[in-house]
Amino acid sequence: MDLAALKYAKTHEWVAIEGDVATVGITDFAVQLLSDLVYIDLPKPGKALKVGESCGEVESVKAVSDVYAPLAGVVTETNPNLGDNTEPLSSDPFGNGWLIKMKVSDLSGLDQLLDRASYEKHCESEAH
Amino acid sequence: MSYLFATATEEQAMLSRIGVDSIDQLLQQIPKPLQLDKLLDLPPALSEMELEQHLRQLASQSSGSTSRTCFQGGGAYDHYIPSVVDEITGRGEYYTAYTPYQAEASQGTLQAFFEYQTMICQLTGMQVSNASLYEGGGSVSEATLMAMRTTGRTGRVVIAGALHPEYTQVLRTYVGHTSTEVIHIPVGSDGTVDLTKLAGAIDENTAAVIVQNPNFLGNIEDLAAIADLTHAKESLMVVSTDPISQGLLARPGDLGADIVVAEGQSLGIPLQFGGPYLGILACRNDFIRRMPGRLIGETIDRTGGRCFVLSLQAREQHIRRDKATSNICTNQGLMALRATMFMAQMGPQGFRETAELCLQKAHYAATQIAALPGYTILFSETPKFKEFVIQAPQSAQTLIEKVAKAGVDIGPALSQFAPIPGMADTENLLLVAVTEQRTKAQIDHLVNLLK
Repeated sequence: MDLAALKYAKTHEWVAIEGDVATVGITDFAVQLLSDLVYIDLPKPGKALKVGESCGEVESVKAVSDVYAPLAGVVTETNPNLGDNTEPLSSDPFGNGWLIKMKVSDLSGLDQLLDRASYEKHCESEAH
Repeated sequence: MSYLFATATEEQAMLSRIGVDSIDQLLQQIPKPLQLDKLLDLPPALSEMELEQHLRQLASQSSGSTSRTCFQGGGAYDHYIPSVVDEITGRGEYYTAYTPYQAEASQGTLQAFFEYQTMICQLTGMQVSNASLYEGGGSVSEATLMAMRTTGRTGRVVIAGALHPEYTQVLRTYVGHTSTEVIHIPVGSDGTVDLTKLAGAIDENTAAVIVQNPNFLGNIEDLAAIADLTHAKESLMVVSTDPISQGLLARPGDLGADIVVAEGQSLGIPLQFGGPYLGILACRNDFIRRMPGRLIGETIDRTGGRCFVLSLQAREQHIRRDKATSNICTNQGLMALRATMFMAQMGPQGFRETAELCLQKAHYAATQIAALPGYTILFSETPKFKEFVIQAPQSAQTLIEKVAKAGVDIGPALSQFAPIPGMADTENLLLVAVTEQRTKAQIDHLVNLLK
């Protein structure tokens, strides 16, 4: 996965876009922040999402973090390898650890997202 | 410092540490009209000797199931409590009203709750139990909310017939200010839920069907049939049961229940003026993350030794805040401990024998009462466990008072509760429960009193 080709939300989701289908995951930065993952809760296919709406949860031993929809659209698929098994997300957040695929209803939402350089700056500011 | 005293010196030390001169200054952010400007209206202090005499005198005015004969039902029962229950739960290591907060440091307590969970699962036929909730009514409501979270449906919940009316009230309190519709299906002529009406009420928005078995009127419901109707619409079946009845009845989990709840008072907890009691909640493994309350898990410590921890805490308030599965994230520790000791002492054989005694004695009592002129046992053809409804020749409340004068307690009168749909004209109806503790002589005495 070419990280530079992805778009990022300030809430640490990444988006890969092909036509009007977006694959969404959370970044390595977020995964490291959460540490020991125990469970991932994802939305059901068919669910309509607004930008910024909570669409899932990633649970670690001592915390729970929401996953927010980076774009508006409808969930078409969720990663079947995730749930009680969190290993794909821990080891490969930009690949096998993807969370959902969605049919995007408004591609202009992409313009509101960050590119890799801006996202890295954003993470630096959060880390301080 | 000692927590028992607040001497003037200690008070001053605390105030100066906070940085104020006086209690008044400490409280000045509270508007004057809201502050009490006089001493509490309490009688003068007593010496230890006087206090003890006073309390003894008050206590002597109480009488309970030890000095009277208890045939009362309606959700709390006079079952025998083996002496080992008091002996073990009274030990200093266990005996606290407080759930030890630094729980991993209380391995003994955690292990006891772990055993409790295991035994509750065995008793109910479920795969996972929490470490207890507060009491039966709250458990019904928590199970219902859990069913909503699990199914993603909030439109409707269906109460199947004779659920304890107070449980119904608690549930209505929980969901009363939400958009969830509570549909209450009436009791049919046999004293169990009207299955035809029930089938018509369960729809695609129904999160849960709630049924009590044995029901509030003492009758055994057809759980398997109710489960089929419920699951046909992909709703969840919540069964509220009597733990002692599990000694004889098929387990709710084996008949299709998705969540099983119970009032656990029967498991080694005295009647004690109506509480504290014990809320039991167990469910299928799939719903574990939607479950309220504490869960104790088993793991290994760094030396490889077996140990116990609070598991899946991320569901709870201190982590998930407003998204917590429930506002309950503690448990009824001491009562759960009593239940654990009770269950361990009784074992499967003890449960079976206790349940058989309840069944036989209750049926003997019902037969004797039915033979009295003017008395009818309602739903006499329907299978029962330890409790039944009597139709008396006079007002139930009057009869209860009359019998009470002779040291025998029966009831409660059905008129004491909010009406159960399908049960009209309850003026002369009352419940009688017969536990394993009642003797033939006591039952015969009751029958004589009713004449």
